[in-house]
Amino acid sequence: MRVELDEPKCVAAGQCVMAAPDVFDQRDEDGVAVVLEEHPVAELLDGVREAVAVCPAAAIRLAER
Amino acid sequence: MSTATDQTQPNDGTSLPDYPGTRSPRCPFDPPPVQAGWRRADGLPRVRLSNGRIAWAVPRYDDVKQVLGDPRLSADGHRFPQLMETQQHGQPQAFPRMDDPEHSRIRRTLTGEFTVKRVEAMRPHVRSLVDRFLEETIAAGPPVDLVRTYALPIPSLVISLLLGVPYDDHAFFQTRSATLMRKGTSQEERKAASGELFGYLLDLVKRKEREPGDDLISRLIAERVVAGELTHRDVAMSSMVILHAGHETTANMIALGTLALLENPRQADRIRDTDDPKVVAAAVEELLRYLSIAQDMLVRVATEDIVIGGHPVREGEMLVFGVPSANRDNSVFDMADVLDLDRDARGHVAFGYGVHQCLGQSLARVELQEALPALLRRLPDLRLAVPLEELSFRHDMVVYGVHELPVAW
Repeated sequence: MRVELDEPKCVAAGQCVMAAPDVFDQRDEDGVAVVLEEHPVAELLDGVREAVAVCPAAAIRLAER
Repeated sequence: MSTATDQTQPNDGTSLPDYPGTRSPRCPFDPPPVQAGWRRADGLPRVRLSNGRIAWAVPRYDDVKQVLGDPRLSADGHRFPQLMETQQHGQPQAFPRMDDPEHSRIRRTLTGEFTVKRVEAMRPHVRSLVDRFLEETIAAGPPVDLVRTYALPIPSLVISLLLGVPYDDHAFFQTRSATLMRKGTSQEERKAASGELFGYLLDLVKRKEREPGDDLISRLIAERVVAGELTHRDVAMSSMVILHAGHETTANMIALGTLALLENPRQADRIRDTDDPKVVAAAVEELLRYLSIAQDMLVRVATEDIVIGGHPVREGEMLVFGVPSANRDNSVFDMADVLDLDRDARGHVAFGYGVHQCLGQSLARVELQEALPALLRRLPDLRLAVPLEELSFRHDMVVYGVHELPVAW
């Protein structure tokens, strides 16, 4: 599974960092999300799925590969 | 002023239901009962807003999320003056009343200040302010009005320090903010309050340019004004939005959250008796969902004909989003009218949804996660000092809560 972030859509709400802190961070200068783990291990996928669901800009996708 | 696309002027709207409706005196934490009927009915109800405008109300969770994420909805107050409540002639546009890409350009000058990391770094400082106002509250009573001694000063001071606004001026900005939040405020009063607040912040911006400090306004000047990205007036306007939004909302969540916990003592025990920050964080999310204090005036205009929940909405028509109603949608939250601090409430829309979702939500969370447990632990015998029926609830304000919260211990 691969985490895809549509960076221009990101509104820097920080919801993904709260949902999956091992997978997402925010850039210091403008809070835009950064993917730390493009291919997260299985234990982290629930958090990623939550991040996908709560992202207010629908900027995150979990792709099959 | 009116545009060709303004479909929101009252005409035959005399028989329309008022939005958001009237809450039941017996259930002061619940949205007005009429909203549950709106959720169940087909289509969207046509309603009259507190400013007299006519709009479609969006009461269901799925529709609220879908539509607030739809770029065919506009928040632009220049294009659609019917969205404007507080604008004074000569002030720049506030970013919550802009569309992308301009909205995003302004918002991204601020988002770095509110990242999860930055806000977490502020937590020890927030904790020390919580302790300070807790001691002052104890020294002042019992009884005390907890809004005045605790709920309002904590977020007011936090946001003042972050922005670089002198807290000594808190009476000035709190009264103007309250005027802008009151639904019955006349256009003249609104313009006066908005103009005074803007003028005050513009003066402050100019002063910070000469004497910079370690604060948001000084950083915006150094990093954005100097680079030509923002004007002094842009900085004053962004500061006004943050100051205004940053203390009223959190203050009401602290006060109303405390009241909800006093009325649900077993839930209060859940927060008081845990040392697990995850339990506290989940509890705060549930309180945000359950109380949904943004009760009115989350509005947009359709920029083209669209369909919402099977209901056609025409270009130029106005929509109001029922945040309290969406967060009580039983199709998403099981037994949604029950306060259950152990539930997973994280999908709530208390901070809105879409590109305008609350900029300061991480800061609000930290303030609530610190203020509520500290109060319950320090004052385990905290109780209402008057009967619940005697409390004055904020039906008259855009942000719900209590005007005063008399407590004893």
